[in-house]
Amino acid sequence: MQGVTIIPTSGGGGESTMSSTLSKEDTNLVLSSEDSSCPEDSELLELGLGLGLSHKPAPKSHTHHHHHNHHHARILTAKDFPSSASASSSSSSSSSPASSLSRANNNTTITSGTKRTADSVAAAANGPSQVVGWPPLGIHRAKSINSKSPATEVFNLSSGKSKSGKTDVLRKSADKTDGNNDNIDTNEKRNIRSSLFVKVNMDGIAIGRKVDLGVHTSYETLAQTLEDMFRESTAAITFNGSNGEDYGILVGGDQHSKYLDGSSKFVLTYEDKDGDWMLVGDVPWEMFINSVRRLRIMRTSEANGNGLAPILEEKNCRQKSKPI
Amino acid sequence: MKKTAYSFPEEVLEHVFSFIVSDKDRSSISLVCKSWYEIERWCRRKVFVGNCYAVSPPILIKRFPELRSVTLKGKPHFADFNLVPEGWGGFACPWIRAMAGAYPWLEEIRLKRMVVSDESLEIIAKSFKNFKVLVLSSCEGFTTEGLAAIAANCRNLRELDLRESEVEDLSGRWLSDFPDSYTSLESLNISCLGNEVNLLALERLVSRCPNLKTLRLNRAVPLDRLPNLLRGAPQLAELGTGAYTSEMRPDVFSNLAEAFAGCKQLKALSGFWDVLPSYLPAVYPVCSQLTSLNLSYATVQSPDLIKLVSLCEKLQKLWVLDYIEDDGLEILAASCKDLRELRVFPSDPFGLEPNVALTEQGLVSVSEGCPKLQSVLYFCRQMSNAALNTIARNRPNMTRFRLCIIEPRSPDYLTLQPLDDGFGAIVEHCKDLRRLSLSGLLTDRVFEYIGTYGKKLEMLSVAFAGDSDLGLHHVLSGCDNLRKLEIRDCPFGDKALLANAAKLETMRSLWMSSCSVSFGACKVLGQKMPRLNVEVMDESGPPDSRPESSPVEKLYVYRTVAGPRLDMPGFVWTMDDDSALRIS
Repeated sequence: MQGVTIIPTSGGGGESTMSSTLSKEDTNLVLSSEDSSCPEDSELLELGLGLGLSHKPAPKSHTHHHHHNHHHARILTAKDFPSSASASSSSSSSSSPASSLSRANNNTTITSGTKRTADSVAAAANGPSQVVGWPPLGIHRAKSINSKSPATEVFNLSSGKSKSGKTDVLRKSADKTDGNNDNIDTNEKRNIRSSLFVKVNMDGIAIGRKVDLGVHTSYETLAQTLEDMFRESTAAITFNGSNGEDYGILVGGDQHSKYLDGSSKFVLTYEDKDGDWMLVGDVPWEMFINSVRRLRIMRTSEANGNGLAPILEEKNCRQKSKPI
Repeated sequence: MKKTAYSFPEEVLEHVFSFIVSDKDRSSISLVCKSWYEIERWCRRKVFVGNCYAVSPPILIKRFPELRSVTLKGKPHFADFNLVPEGWGGFACPWIRAMAGAYPWLEEIRLKRMVVSDESLEIIAKSFKNFKVLVLSSCEGFTTEGLAAIAANCRNLRELDLRESEVEDLSGRWLSDFPDSYTSLESLNISCLGNEVNLLALERLVSRCPNLKTLRLNRAVPLDRLPNLLRGAPQLAELGTGAYTSEMRPDVFSNLAEAFAGCKQLKALSGFWDVLPSYLPAVYPVCSQLTSLNLSYATVQSPDLIKLVSLCEKLQKLWVLDYIEDDGLEILAASCKDLRELRVFPSDPFGLEPNVALTEQGLVSVSEGCPKLQSVLYFCRQMSNAALNTIARNRPNMTRFRLCIIEPRSPDYLTLQPLDDGFGAIVEHCKDLRRLSLSGLLTDRVFEYIGTYGKKLEMLSVAFAGDSDLGLHHVLSGCDNLRKLEIRDCPFGDKALLANAAKLETMRSLWMSSCSVSFGACKVLGQKMPRLNVEVMDESGPPDSRPESSPVEKLYVYRTVAGPRLDMPGFVWTMDDDSALRIS
């Protein structure tokens, strides 16, 4: 890095941060509700236009870049999206990392500089672009807004799209294959979706997650997101909608969710507003959205016990018999 | 401890110190000399820890052996807007366990944005014989079972405040677990609970606690039960209603109005979910004494709001939805000359078109009419540099200014220019400004203003703003008192961050998400600055599976004396010297 010196406030890099070598001042700083001022001087760096980003390799120890077996990312640049916003006024949408990065399975990923553009593609392909956590309203407030106006559609799908889940999937696949740039038109006034965060727990994993159903308009993308979220567990999750077999076919081969091949030890279930646990995918998406309280990725063995599995097996049979 | 002829005896010093309450002053005292440090730490009773990971329970306990009150904050502020994934951290349990062993006489625990389990609540309930105050602000992870433990065991409980927390509401029964002999309740806030509580138990509890001053009910408490509750506690100073709607019956209304009139000491009102406008006049009898009014859940239109607000001449704090509109704010400006704090929330934040006639003009009116206005949170859809300039000149006493123009990157709607000059005027004229949130179209210029004038600024929130690293550099190098900086979706990257690395040790924390900070830079920062925890969040996989130049999703940097934390979930990586080992 040219012209930059980083000066630590005291001591060398080897100073331990353990309590035994604490100075009183340190603890005070940390405990005080008001901090002292006086930043250390750092040499001014030349922040002219001429400065390129020079990346030093990591100093001391090695760098070892694992070559992961997962996805090899192809880096998208602004050139890939001719009608998108220029880098300086890049689109602001940054949909929840999980949903946008679910595309990573398909050789597209985020990049430096054009991250937001790529995100907006991913997001736009889902429907109108959405921004997580904006406007900045607390959870209680956001929830209260949702429950206040049942008449207005919680998800502001733009007028061109039909409301049935199936047609949405059709449109989405078309968008993806065309790389349809209309969706990235940033002149079009953005449609900010409301958030609908629900908890997701997976059997066997202690820490639950939260997923924003507001960024999804179909079971397919939800399934993909969940799959990415719980990728650490290698079990595949079965996920059959009432049109389950259709998702696999309509959306391109790349998009095929691990969830749909029926070979798994887990099923995706949800608790509805009556407190009952149901299989995800049985009802139309809008109905699901209006009644879901939380999600659970349940072991198939337990689902058997709950009486959910027979329906599952029936679907599996149907799926296998349906010609592709 | 050495005593000289010149020093005061310990007891005298201790007595003197007991008058010093501010944390900052206490810190100063402790630095005078070793003996003062010792005396001070033994007689410190109250501690505030702004970031629970900046210090550890053993460190705290070792230094302050006789605490009675502890306040801890966990997750970063942006967790309120779902930017911090679930499982990130902020676990209260290790603290509570440690304190249970070390502070048997602990009286007060206040937690904000922390994960609290039922187990922790049970430990609190059983470990502290003189426990008095439990405030769980924006916390999560516990159920009503934990509350039952508190109710059943804390004989001396004065305050139970669950504001904005996410509680798994299993049953409303827990309220009945307060024994009949329990009468010391002074403050109860259950407004965040989703389900009905046992109403009979609630009524009995309220009426047998003569010192109850604050009662904030949840939405599920029906309006027709409110009069009874009020009659049981005529000494109430702060009330949060439940749902403010019912079948329109004359007897319900008159009952309600009479009950309100009986509360001669009522100063603050909130709640008002699902308001039926025709019931609003029931509170008119108390309007003239109100200093605080929270109508931010009240979906009533302007005329009803105006009528109500114009009766509250002593109002100091108003939270309201944008249904109040510019007209209503003009009336507010004319009626409430004592107003100190105004928050206007959006009724339809996700709609494309404005649904109400609320513009920058409303805020301008209030800034003109209310000389004491110092704290503003305002959601609107259009703003101009001229308006901001006017507001700044009207109100140089502003200390907190948070403006949210709903559409990101909105320019000045009159000139189509960035809003740099407007916000520049705010920081220039409001010399005591401590907190600022920006929105709208902003270039690096606004940050130059902020760095130049924002000398007292302690907290800055930035979204969708700036052009380059210069912006970040201005803030980090110019704002001498900056403690918390949170940034999202801005083109700020490595240069400014690394050039100002030392500054970060003078701050509580820095949050950057969806910016352009590379993984490589994070590693450098973490390795160079051992007293900072540099945490990278990435839900798509380990950051080193991508090139070093790839931007990280989320970066959270904070100073600490406790070293890297050990409770990070799978999607958080720490960039310290051992980071390479951890990632591999």
